[in-house]
Amino acid sequence: MLFTSYGFFGFLLILFLLYYTIPRRFQWVLLLLGSYLFYCISGPTNLVYILCTTLTTWYAARRIAANQQRQKAYLREHKEDLSREEKKSYREGQKKIRRRWVAGCLLLNLAVLGVVKYTGFVIANLNGILHAFGGTVELTWASIALPMGISFYTFMAIGYLIDVYRETVPAEQNPFRFALFVSFFPQLVQGPIGRYGDLAPGLLGEHPFDAHTVTRGLQRMLWGYFKKMVVADRVLTAVTTIIGDTTAYSGAYILFGMVLYTVELYADFTGGIDITIGIAEALGIPMAENFHRPYFSKSLKEYWRRWHITMCSWFRDYLFYPVSTSKWMLKITKAARSRLGERVGKRIPVYLCSFTVWLATGVWHGASWNFIVWGLANWVVLMLSEELEPLYAKFHARFPGLDNRNLPYKIFAVGRTFLLICVLNLFDITSSIGETFRALVSIFTAGNWPVLWDGSLLELGLTGLDYGIAGVACIIMLAVSLVQRRGSVRDKIYAKPYPVRFVLWYGLFLIVLLMGAYGIGYDASQFIYNRF
Amino acid sequence: MEELLSILNDRHPDIDFTTREHLIDEAVLDSMDIVSMVQEIAETFDVTITARDIKPENFNSAKALYALIQRLQDEE
Repeated sequence: MLFTSYGFFGFLLILFLLYYTIPRRFQWVLLLLGSYLFYCISGPTNLVYILCTTLTTWYAARRIAANQQRQKAYLREHKEDLSREEKKSYREGQKKIRRRWVAGCLLLNLAVLGVVKYTGFVIANLNGILHAFGGTVELTWASIALPMGISFYTFMAIGYLIDVYRETVPAEQNPFRFALFVSFFPQLVQGPIGRYGDLAPGLLGEHPFDAHTVTRGLQRMLWGYFKKMVVADRVLTAVTTIIGDTTAYSGAYILFGMVLYTVELYADFTGGIDITIGIAEALGIPMAENFHRPYFSKSLKEYWRRWHITMCSWFRDYLFYPVSTSKWMLKITKAARSRLGERVGKRIPVYLCSFTVWLATGVWHGASWNFIVWGLANWVVLMLSEELEPLYAKFHARFPGLDNRNLPYKIFAVGRTFLLICVLNLFDITSSIGETFRALVSIFTAGNWPVLWDGSLLELGLTGLDYGIAGVACIIMLAVSLVQRRGSVRDKIYAKPYPVRFVLWYGLFLIVLLMGAYGIGYDASQFIYNRF
Repeated sequence: MEELLSILNDRHPDIDFTTREHLIDEAVLDSMDIVSMVQEIAETFDVTITARDIKPENFNSAKALYALIQRLQDEE
C-alpha cells in the first residue's frame, strides 16, 4: 500500500478515528492490528518473515534478561562466600551464555535477511565465475520477493537485542507489545531505524486527543507529500530517461541527471520520512529524526552525520564500536603499532573498522556490486579527507580568511560536497560499475554542453512547465531549510495571525493537489528507500 | 588525568580539553577519534573499554572520560 494511494488515506482516516475514540489503554493494540493489516496488504507471505524476527528476538532477549537477573541474584546471595576471582569467573561464564543467545538470534535473523536479499546476487556471481572457467552448469534459484521493510525491521530488532544484552533497555515481557515496536506501519516503508528505548514509550503509551499535536502531525505529512509528489515524482521521468540509456544520454546529460537524481533522492527520502514522522506525531508518538539538512554539509564526513542519521548511528553503535573495541582488533592495532610505528599503527583500526562499516553499509543498501562499490567509494573519500587534514590545516593557516566562517568559502564547501554526493550517488542508479565510470568520464569528453540550454532537456519526458514547477518547489525546499536553521518552521507559522497560517497551509495543500505528479502520464511511485 | 589529556591533545592539539564539556554533542570528537584513542587508553590505564561504554555521557568531557576509566579500573 503506497503512502500516496487512496487506499492508504482511507486506512489512515479509519485508524485515526478509531485511535482517538477507543479506550486509550487499547490504542497500542489498535496500532498493532493496523500495522499487521497494512503489512498483510503488502503481501500476506511477508508476515512469516516479520513474525519470525519478532518471536525469535523477543524470546532471545527475554532469556538474556532472565540470565542477567539470575546472575545478579546469585552474586547478591553469595556476596560474602565468593572470592573476587570466583565472582569474575562466574560473571564470565554467564556472559558467555548471554553471548550465545545474542549470536544465535543474530545469525538466524541475518541469515533470513541474507537468503531473501542476497542469494540471487551470490548465485549470479557464482555462475559468472563458473562460466569464466569454462563451466557449463547454470545454478538456479527461485527468487523470493523482498519482504517490505525487512532491512529496516531486522536492524531495529537486532538493535533491541543488543541493547537488552548491554542492559541499556529492559526486555519486553509481552510479545504483542514487542511486535508493535517491530511492525509499526509508517516505519515499515523506509524507516527510520528506531531504537526501542526511544520509540516504545510513545508506541505503548496512552495518547488523549490533542488538536494541536494532530494538526502538527498532519502539517508535517503535507510537507512530506509536497516533497514526494511535487518534486521527487515529477523529476523521476527525466532521471529514468537519462540513466536508462547512458549511451544516448552522455556528457552534460549525465551531469544534469546525477544532480537531478540527488535532488529527487532528497525529496523522495526526506519527504517519505516527513510523512512517517508526521503520521506518528498525529498519533502522539515521537520518532527519531533521520535528517538534519544534509545538503548543507561542508564535507562528506559532516554529510554522513546529517543524512539517514538512524542508519548511520545504528552502524556506529552496533558494528563500528563493537569491532573497534574487540579483542582481535586491539591485538591487530598493537601489532601494527609495534611494526609500523606509533603514527601509522594508530590509524590501522580506523581504516579497518570504517572499511567494515562502509562495506556493510553498501551491502545493506542492496544486492549489487554498485552498492558495494558505492560504500567503498565513500570510505575512500572519508579516509582521504582524514589523511589530508594536516594539509587542510596548513592551507587554512596560510589563508586565514578562507574557512567556514567566511560565507563565500562556506558556499563553495557546500557546493563541492553536493557535487561529490552527486558523483557517489551515480553508483546507485547506473546498471554497472563500468557504466558509472564510463558515464562520469563522458562528462569531460562528450563536449555536448549546449544540450543544457538548446531545448534538448525538454525531450526527457518533462515539459517546461514541469521544470518550472520542480524548480520553484526546490526553491521553496531550500528556503524552508534556511529558515529551519533558526528553529521549527511550523512553530514560526503557528505564531503568525490566522489568515497568514490559513493561506500558507491551504496554499501548500492546493499545490500538492494541483501540482503533484499524478494523473494521466504519471503514477505515484514507491519510495526509493523502500527497495532496500 | 595528565596522561589522558595528553592522549586527547595528541588527536586535537587545538582544543582545551580541561574546559570543554560537550565534546560529542558539539562534534569535537567523532567516532574516528574515539576508535583511535580506545587502544591507547586501554594500554595506558590497563582497562577494557567495550562498545557499551562508548556513549556521549562518557566522552563529552575529559573529566567524564577519566571518571569512566576510574570506574573500569575499580570493576577490574
